[in-house]
Amino acid sequence: MITIKILGSGCTNCKRLEQEVREALAGSALDFEVVKVTDYADIMAYGILSTPGLVMNETVLSAGRIPKRQQIVDWAAKIQSAG
Amino acid sequence: MRLSKLAPARDDRPAFLIVGLLAVVWIILYNNLQGIADWLTFTLLGLSRDSAVGQSLNFFIYDVPKLLLLLSGMIFLITLVQTFIDTERVRAIVEKRGEGVGNVMAAVFGAITPFCSCSSVPLFIGFVQAGIPLGITFSFLITSPIMNEVAFVMLLGLFGWQVALLYLASGIVIGVIAGLVLGRLKLERYVEPFVYDIRAKRTQQGLVQAKLTWTERFEQAAQATRDIVGKVWLFVIIGIGIGAVIHGFVPEDALTGIMGEGAWWSVPAAVLLGIPLYSNAAGVIPVVSALLGKGAALGTALAFMMAVVALSLPEMIILRKVLKPQLIAVFVGVVAVGIIVTGYLFNLVV
Repeated sequence: MITIKILGSGCTNCKRLEQEVREALAGSALDFEVVKVTDYADIMAYGILSTPGLVMNETVLSAGRIPKRQQIVDWAAKIQSAG
Repeated sequence: MRLSKLAPARDDRPAFLIVGLLAVVWIILYNNLQGIADWLTFTLLGLSRDSAVGQSLNFFIYDVPKLLLLLSGMIFLITLVQTFIDTERVRAIVEKRGEGVGNVMAAVFGAITPFCSCSSVPLFIGFVQAGIPLGITFSFLITSPIMNEVAFVMLLGLFGWQVALLYLASGIVIGVIAGLVLGRLKLERYVEPFVYDIRAKRTQQGLVQAKLTWTERFEQAAQATRDIVGKVWLFVIIGIGIGAVIHGFVPEDALTGIMGEGAWWSVPAAVLLGIPLYSNAAGVIPVVSALLGKGAALGTALAFMMAVVALSLPEMIILRKVLKPQLIAVFVGVVAVGIIVTGYLFNLVV
């Protein structure tokens, strides 16, 4: 089970990132849940300097941009195998 | 686990080819706009070069594609440059400087980053967390909304590069001076307390920003350009439409009395008028540009535009997340005074 967190206060790019993650992983056999983190105090606890941020199992993977779907799939696979 | 190694090494040549071809098409189109506009208005429609209708229409047919092309091209370039800015590194550099140099660096940084809830609030918190003095943080927070990339490109297209650079320089100067002033006022207690309480979690590992390929940078810039131009194109067309009517029908010098250099009260009046006009920033500039041809002074016009882009309700809503209302009021006051002074200076100098 991978917990994917989308860090962002609800800006356009944050919504787009969530959509990208869902679509990227929709066809995969991975077990995951998507959690939106919208509170600035919680977002900034991850130490990022721009949103949207992407976190999988508490590992910060990207900030301030929307990664490619293939990249998201690769990350998820890597995180999964790392347990 | 090295996640950065997961980024597939890809060939960037096709992306460069597409961008290069688009650039060639862009240059050919941009350099032939006046000819196309003249042909459409005076040859195809047979309007007289001296008639008000002919002048207005020619102005419109020339300016709309010119500005939309300029916006698309320049915003693409600006957002492409932004993909190279590493905010972590910028913070580390600013952190080492004291007052003065730190303010200048923060203001320059603010000029190149867009002001939005996506970046400005996290950066503000990140600066405070790093122990960067509030005055330096404010230099960033003030210049960021004053320097709006759309306004910059519109000025470039309608007033020329000198005015666009003046706008850039004054935005940075206002940010530096206002930051220095605010830094002296000891306003820390008016920052929302949660900002000081945030402690970075110990995550499994820190952020690994994979190095972007050129293809990814182009894609990001293209996406950002679509977003930005998609939001403003209608305002640009409406603004140029109104500007075209003024251009053709309003007599020269009609505005010298109320917006000219002689009218001392026009600068603060323009700033007050500009504060509530945010959503039309892209539309306001073509109108102001037309007014300038009718006797309005450049400083007054520039002050008006800065107030339109720099002080707005959406911006205050963003700032409210980290600042108490008293500090927002001080912020607006200091920036408004800065813009008014800049307006007077331009009227004196230019």
